[in-house]
This record gives sequence, C-alpha cells and structure tokens, in this order.
Amino acid sequence: MNFDFTEEQKSMMELGRDFAEKEILPTQEQDEKQHLFRKEIFKKMAELGFFGCIIPEKYGGNETGHLCAALLTEEIGRVSASWTLPFNMQMWGPAFTILHYGTEEQKEKYIPKLVSGELIGAFAITEPNSGSDVAGMGTTATETDDGFILNGQKMWISNAHVADVALVYAYTDKSKKHKGISCFLVELKNTPGIKTAPIETKLGLFCAPTGEIAFEDAKIPKNALLGQKGEGFKICMWQLNNTRLGCAARGVGIARGCHEVAIKYALERTQFGQPIAEFQMIQDQLATMYVEYEAARLLVLKAAYEKDQGNLNNTLSVSTAKYYASEAAVNASGIAMKIFGSYGYSSEYPVERFFRDAKSLQVVEGTSNIQKIIISRAILGK
Amino acid sequence: MNIVVCVKRVPDTETKIKIGPEGTKIDPTGVEFIISPFDEFAVEEAIRIKEKLGKGEITILSLGPSDAQTIMRKAYAMGADKGIHLNDPSECPDALAEAHALATALKEIPFDLVLFGKQAIDYDNGAVGVQVAKLLNIPIVTRIIKLDIADGKAVVERESDVGKEILEVKLPAAFTAEKGLNEPRYPKLMDIMKAKKKPLEEKPAQLGAPKISIVKMDYPPARPPGKIVGEGEEAVPALVNLLKNEAKVI
Repeated sequence: MNFDFTEEQKSMMELGRDFAEKEILPTQEQDEKQHLFRKEIFKKMAELGFFGCIIPEKYGGNETGHLCAALLTEEIGRVSASWTLPFNMQMWGPAFTILHYGTEEQKEKYIPKLVSGELIGAFAITEPNSGSDVAGMGTTATETDDGFILNGQKMWISNAHVADVALVYAYTDKSKKHKGISCFLVELKNTPGIKTAPIETKLGLFCAPTGEIAFEDAKIPKNALLGQKGEGFKICMWQLNNTRLGCAARGVGIARGCHEVAIKYALERTQFGQPIAEFQMIQDQLATMYVEYEAARLLVLKAAYEKDQGNLNNTLSVSTAKYYASEAAVNASGIAMKIFGSYGYSSEYPVERFFRDAKSLQVVEGTSNIQKIIISRAILGK
Repeated sequence: MNIVVCVKRVPDTETKIKIGPEGTKIDPTGVEFIISPFDEFAVEEAIRIKEKLGKGEITILSLGPSDAQTIMRKAYAMGADKGIHLNDPSECPDALAEAHALATALKEIPFDLVLFGKQAIDYDNGAVGVQVAKLLNIPIVTRIIKLDIADGKAVVERESDVGKEILEVKLPAAFTAEKGLNEPRYPKLMDIMKAKKKPLEEKPAQLGAPKISIVKMDYPPARPPGKIVGEGEEAVPALVNLLKNEAKVI
C-alpha cells in the first residue's frame, strides 16, 4: 500500500490551493454577504478541467480520477465549502450518472457541456415531504405517446433556479413502489410548466444556490428518460454513492480549514502571559481536530481510490467516509469556535462560516442517520 | 523561435524558515518548494510568445538539487516543451558560479531568447541573469514589463523612477521579468497529467569552484515591544522627537 502522493496529485493539490486563495478568497467576504454565485469562478474552474476528472477524454474530461477530484475538492473546501458544490452538480452527479446510464446520444449531448461548464447541472431527489424516505416522493411522470408529463415539486435542490439540465427522479408507476421510479434528464430552463425559485433561508452555503422546482404538466420528450423505466431508484442510489464522496471531501476541506486557522490563532493569541497554544486543554482540542481531519481524509481517499480501481459500488466505504467527514467537520468547526472565543462568534473571522457550512453535511445527500443505516446493513450482511 | 527559461526552486513564501543545525543553510524538512514567482512571469511570457507566433520550442533550465525537477514539471504543465536539470545538491550561494553553470549549459542549446525572473526570492541577489548574459556575450535588459518579438528583434518596456523606457534589442538576447509582465496561467489538469511525458534531461552542474560561501545564518532580531508615548495632542511632541531622533524616519 503506497500512501505517498504522486507528483501529479501534488501538482493538483497545489493548483486547487492556489486557485482557492487567488480566485475565491479575495471576493469571498462580499460574495457570502450577497449570497453570490460568481459565474467567473465557476467558468475558471471548468476551464481548468475541475469537472472532468472522472470523465473520459472522449467527452471532454481528463481522466485524472476520483482521488484527484477528492483532493481538489478538499483544497477548495478549505477556503469555501460553497465552491465545492459544483464538483457534485457538474461531475459526480449529472455527468457521471449520464456516463453510466445514458445512451450515446445523451452522453454526447450533455456530458461535454457539463464538463466545460456551458451547462449548469443539478439533481432533484428531495421533496417537501420526502427526504430520507426517497421512495416516498410524490412527483410523477405520466407516459404519453410522445413523452412524459411531469407533475410535482422538488425542494432543497442545489442549483434549482440556475441549472440548465437536471437529473429528475419521479414515479412512472406508483404500483411498483420503489421499482416504479424513473430518472429523467430535464432541461429546466426551456421546458414549459417548470417553475423554479431560490431558497434564501439557509443557515450557510450562501454562495451555493439552492431552490425549489415545481412541475405543472411539464412535457418532456421520450429521450429524456435516463436508463430504463423503473430503474430510477437504482440510479438514484448509484448516483448518491458518488455525490456522497464529493460531500465527504467537502467535510475534509472544512475540517482542514478549521484546524489550520485554529493552530495559527492559538500561536498568536496570548492570555495569562503566553500563547494559548501552551495550554493543555487547547492542545487537546487541536489534537482532536487534527486526528479527526486525518482520519476523515484517509477514509475519503480510500473510497476514492476504490472507485478509481473500478469498484463503483463501494457503498460501505463511501457512507463511512461521508458520515465520518461530516461529523469531523461539524466537530472541528465547534472546537475552532471555542478556541477563537468571541472572535469565533464574529463574522469578521472565517470560523462562524465554517460552523454554519459544516452543519449542512449532517443533513444533505443522506443524513448521518441514513449513512449509519447503510453502514450497519453492510456490516450485518443485510 | 527557441526560448530558454531559467527557473529556480525556492522555499514557498508561506514557509516558516528554520536554520539547519550547521547554521549555514536552511533546514529543508517540511519546506514546500516552488518556482520563484518572478521566474513564473518568465515562463508565462515564453508561452505567450510561442502562442502568438504559432511556433517555437520552450526549454526550461534549472540549476539545483534533485527536487528542482518537481518545480520544472509545473512549467511543463503551463506549456513548456522540455527541460534540462543541472544537478547541484550543494545549493551554491555564489551567483557567478551559478551563472557559469547555466551559461555552460546554454552554449549547448540553440536559443533566440533567454528569460529569467528579475531575482530569486530566496537570496534576492538579482545577479544571475545579468551574469549569464555577460558570459554568453548577449544583450540583456532587466525588469521588463512588456515584451514584443518581431523580425528578429525584441521591443521591451521597463519602468524607472523617471518614467517608462522602451528599448529595441537584437536577438539573441536575454531579459529578466518584473511583476506586471503578465499574469501566469494556472496549469490545466490535463496538462498536469501530460507534463510527466515531456522530456527532462539531467546533467551534472559545472559550477567551478564557488568563491562565496555562507559562514553564518541568523534569525532577524525580535521586534522590540511598542511604546505608548501619550494620548491625543499631548503625545505629538514626544512622537515627533522619537520619529526624528530614534527611528530617524523624519
């Protein structure tokens, strides 16, 4: 087992770090205040190939792999959790799912443009009344002679009101229960009957657009179906097992951002005549943050490595990484706030943003409870 | 159009420098090394020239220990074509000896342009570029902020206290890059992957015997604590006195 990073991986980490510090950090404070999804940042990330890591060159990707994508996500997340969402919204979600389940026509139509950023992507599973209970969704896709008619609502959807194309999960046959769900490639902006609206009431992730989608007799063509009818639940679970890796890498980035700023602060802040880094309780807190970050990181890299080896169904590894990295991020941000004292409680320091952003990880893409259910089922052999 | 860009591996500016046990070198443990930032402007300019002319070859030349090859790969990922690493584990502080090694290697490479950063950010000598040009007997203009190539000539701009200078230089020539020459590009992921396939030749460095050595390295003295001289208007006379007679800045 080789734990060393290759030269290419190190170069990519350096690229991610430089990009985050030079392109995202300078305008971050005002962008967070304005809840701004700055298009130039998105375009530059796409141009550098950030959304093509797990996509073949044939479709505009660079085939650098899941592990490289996870490392890049961590470097970006260290500065801004919001700006890690595009890795999922462009690549781990729509592009990769279309790559696996799509027809050649669908692949050629959407993947290159998702990788290049010409199209903004999204995926819509959650509804006002169905979160963890994915099969409890109510959105329907009624088949007609020339397509399907969508009716229903999706909520808490990243990029809902800015996305060009989204993976939309809906029931084509309620009688078949979860085997009656299908997945569709829906062009949100140019399909009549689709209305989107932003959700502005989130606690954090302010630069990552979130919204709701309402479908009212929205007609989509036959070739909008991704995979087979009734395959939607399976596709959804498969997709989540990839986007969860992106989430986990986001958590690692937050945990790292937190412990780095906390170390710097503890070395500078003096109380009782010495840097607070000299006090054992602070040292205990810093050590805890570091250990949990390292552990989360290794779990993420292992899950990513497995995918690069061809094992895409590694739900145990991915859920373990997602669960642990989410908890590590939340814990790290809480500890960092304690170390920073009142300064941590102020928006003039990055800690409160880490605190607000980290909390989302325990609820998005499968709550921590859901991850533990997946883990326990796997280890119990169910 | 053959362009050689000389790059130096230097410690990252964010590094907390520790002096090694011998007291004459920095301790490389845990230090991240990067291309000296001014050299990056030179690399970027070479790539832009090649892109504008639609042809040419860019060679990266670096003198330093074996991990200089890592930073050369970044230049490859930006768009350089090949490289030559002159292996010198000694990290020689004698600029003239370094210039000698680089000039010796450059005599074997056909070039129209040699580009350097104006100074390396470790020792900040700013000497090597000029010395190499002298050893090769080619013209050099330092601290350029603009470079245009046409008809076997370079037209460059540099800034001084009195204003802007515009110079015309016959090729082959050398230039050192100043901040403002360009904005170096980020390497694309695809190009980072392709970098390892580009040829990198390693040669021993022919420095000759260095005439300069470092006898001692010390940390800068600790900043003395600040003094509060008074409050409001009453503080002004005391402050003026200190600024004039102690700090000697007015």
